[in-house]
Amino acid sequence: MLYQAIVFLPLLGAAVAGLLSVRQQHWPAEIVTVVGVCASFLLSCFAFYHVALLHNPVTLDVARWINSADFVANWSFRFDTLTAVMLIVVTSVSSCVHIYSIGYMHHDKARARFMSYLSLFTFSMLMLVTSDNLLQLFFGWEGVGVASYLLIGFWYHKPSAHKAAMKAFIVNRVGDFGFALGIFVIFYLFGSIEFDDIFSNASDFSNTSIVFLGFELPALEVAAILLFIGAMGKSAQLGLHTWLPDAMEGPTPVSALIHAATMVTAGVFLVCRLSPVIEYAPFALDVITVVGALTAIFAATIGMTQFDIKRVIAYSTCSQLGYMFFAAGVSAYPAAMFHLTTHAFFKALLFLGAGSVIHALSDEQDLRNMGGIWRKIPITYSLMWIGSLALAGFPFFAGYYSKDMILEAAWASHSFTGQMAFWLGCAAALLTAFYSWRLLIMAFHGKPRCSAEVFEHVHESPPIMILPLIPLAFGAIFAGWFGYQSFVGYDMSYFWGDSLFILPEHHAMEEAHHVAEWVKRLPVILAASGVGLAIIAYLIIPSLPARVVSMARPIHTLFFNKWFFDELYDLLFVRASVRFGRFLWVKGDKQTIDAFGPDGLSGLVLNGSNKLSKLQSGYVYHYAFAMMIGVVMLLSWYFSGFGR
Amino acid sequence: MLSSWPILSIVTFLPLIGVLFILLASGNNKSSEHNCKMLAIWVSSFTFIVSLILYFGFDTTMAGYQFEEQVEWIAGSGISYHLGVDGISMPFILLSTFLTPLSILASWHSIKNRVREFMIAFLVLETMMVGMFASLDMMMFYLFFEGVLIPMFLIIGIWGGPRRVYAAFKFFLYTLAGSVLMLVGIMVMYLQAGTTDIPVLSDFNFPPELQYWLFIGFFASFAVKVPMWPVHTWLPDAHVEAPTAGSMILAGVLLKMGGYGFIRFSLPMFPDASVYFAPFIFVLSVVAIIYTSLVALAQSDMKKLIAYSSVAHMGFVTIGIFTLNEQGITGAMFQMISHGLVSAALFFCVGIVYDRLHTREIDAYGGVADVMPNYAVFFMIMMLASVGLPGTSGFVGEILVLVGAYKASSLVAFFAATGLVLGATYMLWLYRRVVFGRAEKGEVIRMPVLNNREITILVPLTIFIVWFGIYPAPLLDVLNPVVALISEAVSNTQMATANLQ
Repeated sequence: MLYQAIVFLPLLGAAVAGLLSVRQQHWPAEIVTVVGVCASFLLSCFAFYHVALLHNPVTLDVARWINSADFVANWSFRFDTLTAVMLIVVTSVSSCVHIYSIGYMHHDKARARFMSYLSLFTFSMLMLVTSDNLLQLFFGWEGVGVASYLLIGFWYHKPSAHKAAMKAFIVNRVGDFGFALGIFVIFYLFGSIEFDDIFSNASDFSNTSIVFLGFELPALEVAAILLFIGAMGKSAQLGLHTWLPDAMEGPTPVSALIHAATMVTAGVFLVCRLSPVIEYAPFALDVITVVGALTAIFAATIGMTQFDIKRVIAYSTCSQLGYMFFAAGVSAYPAAMFHLTTHAFFKALLFLGAGSVIHALSDEQDLRNMGGIWRKIPITYSLMWIGSLALAGFPFFAGYYSKDMILEAAWASHSFTGQMAFWLGCAAALLTAFYSWRLLIMAFHGKPRCSAEVFEHVHESPPIMILPLIPLAFGAIFAGWFGYQSFVGYDMSYFWGDSLFILPEHHAMEEAHHVAEWVKRLPVILAASGVGLAIIAYLIIPSLPARVVSMARPIHTLFFNKWFFDELYDLLFVRASVRFGRFLWVKGDKQTIDAFGPDGLSGLVLNGSNKLSKLQSGYVYHYAFAMMIGVVMLLSWYFSGFGR
Repeated sequence: MLSSWPILSIVTFLPLIGVLFILLASGNNKSSEHNCKMLAIWVSSFTFIVSLILYFGFDTTMAGYQFEEQVEWIAGSGISYHLGVDGISMPFILLSTFLTPLSILASWHSIKNRVREFMIAFLVLETMMVGMFASLDMMMFYLFFEGVLIPMFLIIGIWGGPRRVYAAFKFFLYTLAGSVLMLVGIMVMYLQAGTTDIPVLSDFNFPPELQYWLFIGFFASFAVKVPMWPVHTWLPDAHVEAPTAGSMILAGVLLKMGGYGFIRFSLPMFPDASVYFAPFIFVLSVVAIIYTSLVALAQSDMKKLIAYSSVAHMGFVTIGIFTLNEQGITGAMFQMISHGLVSAALFFCVGIVYDRLHTREIDAYGGVADVMPNYAVFFMIMMLASVGLPGTSGFVGEILVLVGAYKASSLVAFFAATGLVLGATYMLWLYRRVVFGRAEKGEVIRMPVLNNREITILVPLTIFIVWFGIYPAPLLDVLNPVVALISEAVSNTQMATANLQ
């Protein structure tokens, strides 16, 4: 019962808050949702203790869902270490964000609805991570998609907001298209979509091939890649990433919870959850590594050039997710999960900190209009420092442990793709540090670039927005140090138990601990030089960025315009499909089918019946007339001798 | 005790008793109009309650026909008055009896002239629909099947929009053209088997060559009703011109006649032909899904958009049926019931704003969420159900169809699954243009909030849509045994043919 309560308490909160929002009762709605999520967090700690620390994985069958012959999907839950880790991440960040939102949304007239959506999201996310079969996971997967859609479009007055909401949903649907096909392939192979059945039989299918779209392909590779396409959509990986920066149109707490800490990591979770299958798909692993590594560097190049404070952090998220994926791609799932956890804390911290900055500057999001405010909001400032230090991977901060682990594992995998991921990851580490400090300096230092009126008004956020940041800051500082031994250190295999599976011949994880000293040092050195560069460019010689931009105009244009992905997609898919749809409608339906079919015919009949209706009028008569034609045809055909 | 009652006859003909009373209510003044409405709503609600006996008295362990009634009609002819339901027809009867009172309620104020006749047409329509699903005799089935057309033809032609005559005739010509071929088929079958009894014909082995021709005859009729591409163009016109209630029943029940026909006749009676023609139907259905989804994107008329989306959704149904496996057929059945609820609700949602603004142009709206927040919530749920979100009934059908389709051919599943993306696109875009944004136009700002009557219609629809999405077992339990029987029969023929070759 306690385990189910973890999942359903937020749903209850969402439902109650939803009803309260109709009557505009904001305080009760806020209390109900916060209590629901916090209770869920406490129970999650309990579950973590029992499941992960005491090693009592549990599966619970709750009710029937869809069954048709051999296709059976039940409502059932699975609590193992992987789930428990996700539970802690989701409920802790969600609790902080819920509390923070009370302050941040204080002036909004629809904040009860907002709280309801937040809790609904939390519920969906918990369904996703606790599912015991692929279909229920898909339920949570789509559920978080809808919650994200609702929250991005929360300020539905803003055209940019509902446009971004729709974009997020549809780009995610493209990923889900792959996910759904992946489920079908899995069911076709295994005859089941229950995790236990899939995982215990995966090795039997390592050499099986199936015919997919007319090609004969290795079965597990096909399944793994299709499911990974789903993961790419949700986790905004290269190609399906375009929705994430636009999603920043939503309120900032949403960005922190959904588009940094939890939902976007669902793809990484999925890959880790399916490690027993993906391990037997070496090509899929390579694909994951390459996509992850490319995303890591690609998003970082864009993040460097953006001016919207939230978009910079959004691209940083995109890039960090790339790290997690290439970790998974080299079979270092524990490292991926480790980074997922630490990243959740420091990225949520950064976003909520950015929210405080935006709040302080009267809803200003453009870095060019900030600056010089660090003395006025010292707490936010220092919290942003903590977040940035963790993100850049400075020693003893959380990101240091997890990111270095990933890079070391990539190096230690000794594969070509692993090496590539290592070098791209190192380059991205440099850029990460650079854009983090660029953000810090532009937002807090230098001369104030906002209007005097706004500057006068700059104030530290109320306690209700500062307090939730404290636990996140603790996480950003200590999570790495604290979790190291269990997640990726000597207790690793004991801690994860059966929830992650690594083939014995994939030993990137063990060897990562024994790489050369320079491999361990390099990321830190690069990060430090990134910070140095940012300080030189933005603090010491403020004219430098403009000069560099004018020197490297084409590259900057490419980066600044996000490699023109949006424009390309708009041309290829959005406008093309609307135009093609209109073409089919006018040329196909109207001018071909109708012109030759019913309009021609009905013209004839109308003419005929018009003449007849001079004798007698009324629609029933027309019917009778048409019916007569049928009977006459039938009779003449009958008497012509058929059937005799 | 109840089992000895002719429940099916009662459910079928109860609405006609209502018609009788309405005819008796004389006068053309306001109060008699009101009485007609009240009579219609009471009779149809009562019919729904009686029809619930069919559900609660249904033996889900049995695949065969239940609540059977048989009386010889023409002595020695093999034609009889034969009613009965199985897991395929029972859900449709409930869908019909459920949607009729809601539709009558939906037209409470929007129908202003000839109210009496409208109510009569609706009750007759109900009898025809229920009778069609309950018939176990080909002749009776044909009568009801054709009979459905008349009231619907009148509803569109008399109470429809400006181009109602064109739409009514288009609707009529299309469907009649198909039906004539089916009648020929029925005659041929009668001459072969000497009976029009459906259970007997289902077990009768028609020679494969004849099956092909019969299949085509029936296909012509059912494909128009579904409607399948390229004989779908009557549907958008019919919907656009039909009054709200007409659209609700048209999309909710009448579109299912084709799918029902395929499952009831084509699969069991012409199994060889079904196997033979399956690829052809897959192609048409996939084209329907992609083609009509794209066309839906280009629409500026709300009703047309939803009408085109219906064609796309019915494409999933025909794919599911002709996968010939259990998941596919169950999914198709589920999709039909779900679509019946969702599309009726969507058309009603359009009707709600149409009643207020008297236009279906999407651009005339915008920012409806501001003025009608409750409406925005209901419309959102329906929109998500139409998109096939897990947790709504739309998902269960769609996913089962796709699972079945993948078993039949990965290519079909691949192209059909593009509907997941396209469907989301046009529905979300519609929603965005109508509901989101700031209400700036004066007429939009003055739109009143949902009234109790409208909420009364939306709430039960919402409950069933969500319930079937979360706990579909009540419906699946009814479907599973009979679907197993049908798909087994088809696969046996499939194997037999394979052995012969």
